[in-house]
Amino acid sequence: MKYAITLHVNGQLYTLEVEPTRLLVDILRYDLGLTGTKEACSVGVCGACTVLVDGQMVSSCLMPGVAAAGSSITTVEGLAGREELLPVQQAFVDYGGFQCGICTPGQVIAAKALLDENPHPTAEEIKEWMMGNLCRCTGYYKILESVQRAAEGGQA
Amino acid sequence: MSDVQYAEPDNLAGVFDALERYGEEARLLAGGTGLVNLMKQRLVQPGALIGLRRIEALRGVSRQDGALRLGAMATHREVETSEVVRAAAPLLAETYRQVATVRIRNVATVGGGLAHADPSQDPPVALVVLRARVVLTSKDGTREIPIEEFFTDYYETAIAPDEVLTQVLVPPQPAQAGAVYLKFLPRTADDYATVAVAALVELAADGETCRDARIALGAVGSTVLQATAAAAALRGQRPTPEALREAAEQVRALVDPVDDYRGSAAYKRDMAVVFTRRALEQALARARDGAR
Repeated sequence: MKYAITLHVNGQLYTLEVEPTRLLVDILRYDLGLTGTKEACSVGVCGACTVLVDGQMVSSCLMPGVAAAGSSITTVEGLAGREELLPVQQAFVDYGGFQCGICTPGQVIAAKALLDENPHPTAEEIKEWMMGNLCRCTGYYKILESVQRAAEGGQA
Repeated sequence: MSDVQYAEPDNLAGVFDALERYGEEARLLAGGTGLVNLMKQRLVQPGALIGLRRIEALRGVSRQDGALRLGAMATHREVETSEVVRAAAPLLAETYRQVATVRIRNVATVGGGLAHADPSQDPPVALVVLRARVVLTSKDGTREIPIEEFFTDYYETAIAPDEVLTQVLVPPQPAQAGAVYLKFLPRTADDYATVAVAALVELAADGETCRDARIALGAVGSTVLQATAAAAALRGQRPTPEALREAAEQVRALVDPVDDYRGSAAYKRDMAVVFTRRALEQALARARDGAR
């Protein structure tokens, strides 16, 4: 049975009819066409599907859409303006915080959530926070550096 | 996973009605981090989901008649970061912080976690040491049970089909006690424990004698285990390094681990003894420092 829900995604209001078991990641990717959010492990471990729900980072692969109904959701598509990247995105570009790119949307969203909550994290705090976002290419140092540089810039 | 019904009541009466309506087909949806994974693996295939997120009475963390009250829908992250929790039971904040990752802790709830009843979880180990009580509510009333009676077997709890886990009550840590939660993680930092131990050591007024000791272990049996013999060996004694070592040795006969990719049963049994000793040493050091 389908249920009507509304989602505010990247500032836009959507009304949808979904099965209660339809997961947020699938709604974003297949119903709304926002394929920036990736699905990798599908069990909440790897962080590729990280999005913000009411400002809090969550695994969209473990959240039924009905449980997000009425919430404001930010995906990687919602971070940048028309012309400019957010400082945290620019830092990932400038400091080589990605290689193949599959984990990058989740990494960037997680970094944004960190800097929103704690604008000047220590290296340890960055590691502890970003621990839940796996990358199989870069070896993490470039990612940590990107987040650190973004924090030094003073803006997420 | 098609044809699943969904209800999202805004009060407990609505939940009880939905439980009655859908019967054994129903599963309560709290944060979903446990249930959705079980559904993906088809270990659970509910005919109906009852969402609890709109129920105000299940939320929040507060002090209530001296005890800490953790609402069933309070998230792990709320418990971890709550000043009220840190003041009353720092062990609890420290333990919730060690669950998975921030992203999961933002969503996973206190009640959902306990109802999931995976014996490798972190919070039950600390909650046993803190003598927490679980509050179960049905249409017919409310009952409170000690947390160690709540877990009945591997993924099994004492929750009756018509009941909802509504809150957890935790007495504050005694002032003269030190407590610690140690999670042995040989693989990755966000893993389930290979062996987990919580210990609390309370010193008598003389500052030398062990007035009370409490020890619990996770990931080494079908439920969280209370090491009563090890704790009894310390009560009324001077907690010398030798006494701690002997007490820790008692858990060898208690634990019943399984071989898996986190280690062999024999290795986990050895590590249970080692981590119990370390937990006792660290809890004692905290008691002596007045660090709790």
